[in-house]
Amino acid sequence: MERTLSRVLIGNYSELPERLGKTVIIGDKEIAVFKLANGKIRAIENRCPHKGGVLAEGMVSGEHIFCPMHNWKINVNNGQAQAPDEGCVGTYQVEVKNNSVYVLV
Amino acid sequence: MEKQKLILIGNGMAGIRTLEEVLKLEPDTFDITVFGKEPYPNYNRIELSKVLQGDTSVSDITLNEWHWYEDNNIRLYPGETVTRIDKEQKIVYTDKDREESYDQLIIATGSDPVILPLPGIDKEGVTAFRDIKDCEKMVDYSKKYKKAAVIGGGLLGLEAARGLLNLGMEVDVIHLCDSLMERQLDKEAGTLLKEELEEQGMHFLLEKQTSEILGNDHVSGLRFNDGEEIEADLIVMAVGIKPNVALAKESGIEVNRGIVVNDYLETNDPNIFSVGECAEHREMVYGLVAPLYQQAQVLAKRICGMGGDGYQGSVLSTQLKVSGVDVFSTGQIMENEHTKAIKVFDDWRGVYKKIVVEQGKITGAVLFGDTGDGNRLLNLIKKGADVEEYTDTDQNQEAGAGLVADMPDDELICGCNGVTKGTIIEAIETQGLNSVEQVKGCTNASRSCGTCKSLVSDLLEYTLGEEYDENQKETVCGCTTLSKDEVIAEIKEKGMTNTREVMNVLGWKNEEGCAKCKPALNYYLGMLYPTEYEDERESRFVNERLHANIQKDGTFGVIPRMYGGVTNAQDLRKIADVAEKYDVGMIKLTGGQRINLLGVNKQDLPNIWEELDMPSGHAYAKGLRTVKTCVGSEFCRFGTQDSTGLGIRLEKKFEGLSGPHKLKMGVSACPRNCAEGGVKDVGVVGLEGVWEIYVGGNGGTDLRQADLLCKVETGDEVLEWVGAFLQYYRETANYLDRTSVWVEKMGIEHIREVVGNKEKRDELNERMDLALSAIQEPWSEAINNGTLLKDLYEKVNA
Ligand SMILES: Cc1cc2nc3c(=O)[nH]c(=O)nc-3n(C[C@H](O)[C@H](O)[C@H](O)COP(=O)(O)OP(=O)(O)OC[C@H]3O[C@@H](n4cnc5c(N)ncnc54)[C@H](O)[C@@H]3O)c2cc1C
Ligand code: HEM
Ligand code: SF4
Ligand code: FES
Repeated sequence: MERTLSRVLIGNYSELPERLGKTVIIGDKEIAVFKLANGKIRAIENRCPHKGGVLAEGMVSGEHIFCPMHNWKINVNNGQAQAPDEGCVGTYQVEVKNNSVYVLV
Repeated sequence: MEKQKLILIGNGMAGIRTLEEVLKLEPDTFDITVFGKEPYPNYNRIELSKVLQGDTSVSDITLNEWHWYEDNNIRLYPGETVTRIDKEQKIVYTDKDREESYDQLIIATGSDPVILPLPGIDKEGVTAFRDIKDCEKMVDYSKKYKKAAVIGGGLLGLEAARGLLNLGMEVDVIHLCDSLMERQLDKEAGTLLKEELEEQGMHFLLEKQTSEILGNDHVSGLRFNDGEEIEADLIVMAVGIKPNVALAKESGIEVNRGIVVNDYLETNDPNIFSVGECAEHREMVYGLVAPLYQQAQVLAKRICGMGGDGYQGSVLSTQLKVSGVDVFSTGQIMENEHTKAIKVFDDWRGVYKKIVVEQGKITGAVLFGDTGDGNRLLNLIKKGADVEEYTDTDQNQEAGAGLVADMPDDELICGCNGVTKGTIIEAIETQGLNSVEQVKGCTNASRSCGTCKSLVSDLLEYTLGEEYDENQKETVCGCTTLSKDEVIAEIKEKGMTNTREVMNVLGWKNEEGCAKCKPALNYYLGMLYPTEYEDERESRFVNERLHANIQKDGTFGVIPRMYGGVTNAQDLRKIADVAEKYDVGMIKLTGGQRINLLGVNKQDLPNIWEELDMPSGHAYAKGLRTVKTCVGSEFCRFGTQDSTGLGIRLEKKFEGLSGPHKLKMGVSACPRNCAEGGVKDVGVVGLEGVWEIYVGGNGGTDLRQADLLCKVETGDEVLEWVGAFLQYYRETANYLDRTSVWVEKMGIEHIREVVGNKEKRDELNERMDLALSAIQEPWSEAINNGTLLKDLYEKVNA
């Protein structure tokens, strides 16, 4: 099924803190945006599949984020919780153009 | 040549052990597929008890990680149930509409818990205790409800009950017989066990038969057939297990109580085998891993076409995994007219021992309170040894290397996996092993219930002597094989300056580390280079990054400092104003004698700090939190010294100090110890003209009474000794070891010696002063730093 995505500007690339998360609110959605050590930006739902922890405050390690509540490990590329835990969070596409970062929602 | 297709139904302990044994014998012969009803890789079911008791997390009990299946080219279908076997076509069908053909098939479907068909059994709030799902359910219930009833006073029921107690529930254990664990224990041991568990807080209802489960949709209690009723919000059924044979039966495989197998684990179909709790061998069905692992070995040989003597049945031994209770039972323990028994009953020490002898041979034993002889007795029974062999060597042996030295080579060390002393020593010698983890990896010893870990450690000490250091293999985390000491030595030698450099240079397996090593390395670097190292915010857990305590809904708690728990009208007014203005969710007095403002939004933190204009209480820190004080000589009629004043001095001096873990102190002015210094990292108690300094106490998870470090006369001396003590802890403890754990590891005598040496004490204090000189007050730092405010505290509203 096709669904139209809108592109929402969330800030300047250079101003996002590296290896940290940022809480971004778009309408009724709360999104955790990370700038990884390799420079990539990733956006996932800011709600841990375990008990709703705020993932934006977690510790970033490579392509994973450790939830600050009970340390679940979540892949920021596909939103999957890592074994032995199970579950996933929604992921959002990100575009970076001329220092502007957009999230597609 | 095409590989033979081997399918395993049941991704559990016995089945996967069989595959491990097969892969050892024939790594490349089979094309293996595994179906498992549970959505997990093979985990250690035995340790569910520990998970429930809070000692272990679910992630720690995995036996075979997902990658193990990949590495061995095993196709695993987790969360998929086999629903039918077509013996003629040699095909299995699953509930996900998959079909898969086999050449050889292993059925290892384990057991199902027995659920009594009581009226009301379908109500919400009834659970068994068999798998991760049950465990999670109990943990969930314990958060919402208060009263639990466990039906069944056997091994499983008691372990469940102990777990529920740890989870904070009140627990009634209902048992049909008049004695607990009556299958494994005689009356005497059963009574001792009951007394001990009652002391731990369990409540027993013996000789009670449940007739009905009460409640509407949700359970509210139980009724017994004598009419009595009790209340319960959670009911755990632990009345036994029955082999899971439905699939085999429907597929036309011979089934009695279990799936009937011969000595080679063959069923009545030539291509189908069965192993584990679902299998019945010589009319015996086993419910413990030791015999199942023996079966697994035999079956692996059979599948690989090697002969052997087949499986001959097992002598069982049981242990109860409840901390503080040591029970062991093996063999035939009931007495009759043909038996004689050796009995020792030491009521004072709570030790009981019974050894049953028939025609001069040991046939069974029950041990309570001291189970050190357990494996030896099991071995003697298996060998059919004469009782003299036991009585001749039965003297009070000391623990440690001395005890294992006297054991014969064929003595069992690990009962679950059938690993003997000889096997372990050979592995240590020929494969150069030097840690319990390595022995576990190579021999399986201590891989199941874990009770034999200390014996394995003793064997390492005995075999390697000086070379063996019990703690040496404690690595920083799974990302490295290096211990903390090795990492620190490397950092110093190579002059490394940040966590990424350390991970990179020392070959970390995960390039960017994990949530365990990042904060640890960040701490070690800061401790080594207090003035030069730049703290890495991204290596901090959220609380220490944001200088506030995160709450479950993502809001924060703000705890300003109140030195020594003393406040004044002005501070209280400011706190009240802020609480009102920002509409905080709750104003709560903490256990550390100060005030917590809960339910604060992240964006409001900096403003609140600014308006409070008070320093951070570091209530989130791995470092000094509070110094509790009693009112002391200024007001109290018992007070001998100014405890409040000294507490404030201590708190002002060490405020903001980082440590391997949190640090709490208490200062009281007489032995009544109202500030509870006996359970603090540092507790100071004033007597007439003397201050006593206690260290290593803990009032939390590892309840521990503090040890006396020294007695001094003046407040200045207290500061000097405490400074040296804390610095020694900072320099030598593993990150996340509280002082209680560290004092145990180092030994209080050693610490007294180091801190008691004036020269060393001065050196430690010099380094402490350097560390203290570099501390910045974090709240004002944040308020005055635009980048910090933007990076850490602002949300984006797009
Ligand atoms: C709380 C607890 C504590 C215990 N403590 C001890 C102890 O201290 N010492 C000891 O020796 N033993 C202990 N045990 C017993 C021990 O765990 C079992 O004996 C052992 O796990 C049995 O192994 P198994 O492979 O036969 O069965 P399991 O480990 O139960 O494995 C069977 C697997 O097959 C799956 N399955 C079933 N049917 C199908 C199907 N049709 N298709 C696909 N998959 C299927 C099941 O879901 C299960 O995962 C304890 C058990 C529990 C529950
Ligand atoms: C991340 C987990 C934890 C958080 C966020 C937390 C938070 C807190 C806070 C905010 C306080 C008030 C402290 C103060 O006034 O400085 C406190 C007190 C306390 N906490 Fe925790 N805590 C945690 C884990 C633990 C653990 C694991 C234990 C047990 C070892 C524990 C035992 C205590 C005790 C005993 C007090 C009272 C302190 C006193 O009287 O001095 N806490 N905790
Ligand atoms: S510890 Fe002693 S001096 Fe301090 S308040 Fe208690 S009784 Fe008084
Ligand atoms: S809420 Fe994320 S780990 Fe529990």
